[in-house]
Amino acid sequence: MEYLNIVFQEVYKILFLLVPVLVSVAMIVWLDRRVWAFVQKRQGPNVVGPFGLLQSLADALKYIFKEIIIPSSSNKVIFILAPIVTMTLALIAWAVIPFSATQVLADINVGILYLFAVSSLGVYGIIMGGWASNSKYPFLGAIRSAAQMVSYEVSIGVIIINVLLCVGSLNLNDIVIAQQNLWFVIPLFPMFVIFFISALAETNRPPFDLPEAEAELVAGYQTEYSGMMYAMFWLGEYANILLMCAMGAILFLGGWLSPLEIYPFTLVPGAIWLILKILLLFFLFALVKAIVPRYRYDQLMRLGWKVFLPLSLTWVVLTASYLFYFNLLPTN
Amino acid sequence: MIAHAIFFYVFSIIAVVSAIMVTASKNTVHSVFFLILDFISISCLFIMIGAEFLGMIMLIVYVGAVAVLFLFVVMMLNVAQQKNQWFASKDSSKHIPVGLIISTLIFFEIIIVIGGWKYKPEIFDINNSIAQTSISNTHSLGQILYTDYIHVFQVSGMILLVAMVGAIVLTFRQRSGVKRQSYIKQISRERTEGVEILEVQSNKGVKIDD
Repeated sequence: MEYLNIVFQEVYKILFLLVPVLVSVAMIVWLDRRVWAFVQKRQGPNVVGPFGLLQSLADALKYIFKEIIIPSSSNKVIFILAPIVTMTLALIAWAVIPFSATQVLADINVGILYLFAVSSLGVYGIIMGGWASNSKYPFLGAIRSAAQMVSYEVSIGVIIINVLLCVGSLNLNDIVIAQQNLWFVIPLFPMFVIFFISALAETNRPPFDLPEAEAELVAGYQTEYSGMMYAMFWLGEYANILLMCAMGAILFLGGWLSPLEIYPFTLVPGAIWLILKILLLFFLFALVKAIVPRYRYDQLMRLGWKVFLPLSLTWVVLTASYLFYFNLLPTN
Repeated sequence: MIAHAIFFYVFSIIAVVSAIMVTASKNTVHSVFFLILDFISISCLFIMIGAEFLGMIMLIVYVGAVAVLFLFVVMMLNVAQQKNQWFASKDSSKHIPVGLIISTLIFFEIIIVIGGWKYKPEIFDINNSIAQTSISNTHSLGQILYTDYIHVFQVSGMILLVAMVGAIVLTFRQRSGVKRQSYIKQISRERTEGVEILEVQSNKGVKIDD
C-alpha cells in the first residue's frame, strides 16, 4: 500500500508537469502561426475561439479523426515506433527542468547532461520515420537531418562546456543559482547567439528546416505519415522547440531568477519568470521563421563545422584562461 | 531493494537479448537498432550502480553520435541485394574462423580482468579512492582523470585525433575540374558584372553565351 501511494504521488506530479507542457505546445503552435502571419501583414488563425486560441485544439481533433495510413511497403514496426519515439523523447526531457529552487520533478546531479543526451536522441525519431517509410523523399529528409542534427549538437555541447566552466556543476539548479549576480547572457553573449542559431538547426526550424523542405522534399521524413501519427511528430517537434527555449533560458537567461532582485519582482513566482523567458526565446524563434530564407544544404554544413565549432572552441579556451588567470574558477 | 533487483534484471535481460539480436537479425538496420537498445539499457545499468556521469556520457557519445553515424552508413546499403549476394553465398563461411579466434581472445581477456578483480583486488587501488569520497561521482572522476591519469587521458585523446586526421588524409583526393563556390565571391558580386544593357535592333536579336 505504501509503495502504491508513492507511485500515485509520482504519477500525479508527472501529470501535473506533462499536461501543462502539452497544452502549452498547442498554444505555442497558435502563437507561432500568429507571429508569422503578423510579420507578413496577414491575420493568421483568428476564427476558432477568442483570437483563434482554440485553433490548435480544432487541428488536433481533425488529426484524431483522420485515417492513419501505413504504406504497404514500409517497415511497419519501425514506422509506428518513430512518432512515438519523437514524442516520448520530447516529453521526458522536461523531468529535469527546474521551475524554482524546489519545483523540479527530478533534481539529478547530471541534469544538463541528461538534457543534452535526450536532445541528441531526438534524431532517431526522424531517421526511423524516414527509413521505415521506404520512399525517396522521407529517406533523403532523414539523411539530411541525421547529418544536420549531429553537426549542430557538437557546437551545442561545446557551448554547454562554456557555461559549465563558469558554474562548476552539472546540476540545473546550480546553473541557475550561479547566475544570481549576472546572467550568463552578458559575459557569454556570442555563445548565446551561437546557441540560439544551433538550437534552430537542432529543432529543424527555418532557416534550417532542410529535413522537411517542402520545396524540395514534399515534407521530408513526414511525407508518408497521416492522421494522429503526423500530429505526434508535429507535437514532438514543438515540444522540442519549447525544450530548447527552456534550455536557453536556464543556461543564459537565469532560469527561474527574477531579472531584478527588488520588491515587486520578487513577489512573482519563479515558474512565471521561467515561462516568460521561454516565451521570449520562442518569440525570437517565430520571428526568425518569418524573416529569414532557407539555407542551402552545403552552407548549413559549412556554418556548423567551419564557423560555429572553431568559434565556440576558441571561446572555451578564452573562458577557461580568463577564469584561471583571475582565479575565478568555481570550487566546491 | 526488491524494486532495485527487478529493474536490474529487466535492464540486463534487455541488454543481453538485444546484444544477441544484433548478430541474429537478418536486416542490418534492425541490428543497428538493437545495438542502440543495447547501449541504452547498459547506460541504464550504469545509472543504477550510481555512475550517472558514465551513463549519460554513454548515451551522448554512443547513442547520440556513434550509433547515428552507424545507422547513417548502414541505411545507405542495399539490404535486399546484400542478403542475396553476401549472406547466402559460401564466402561468408570463410569469416567464421577469424571471428571465432577474435571472440575467444576477447573472452579470455575478460576472464583475466574479472578474475584479477575478484581475487587480487589490491591491484585496483582506484576502487577504494572513489568509493570513500562523499563528493558526487562527476567530481571524483574529474579529480582522478585530470590529476593522476592526465598523461594517459591526453594520449588517448591524441590517438583519437591522429586516427581522425589519418582517415581524412586517406580519403581525401584532389579532383580537377570541380566547380567550387566561393562565398566571398558570391556575396561581393556587383551589378555591373552580371548585367549588361544592350540596344536591341528589331529583327536582329541578341547573341547570348558566346
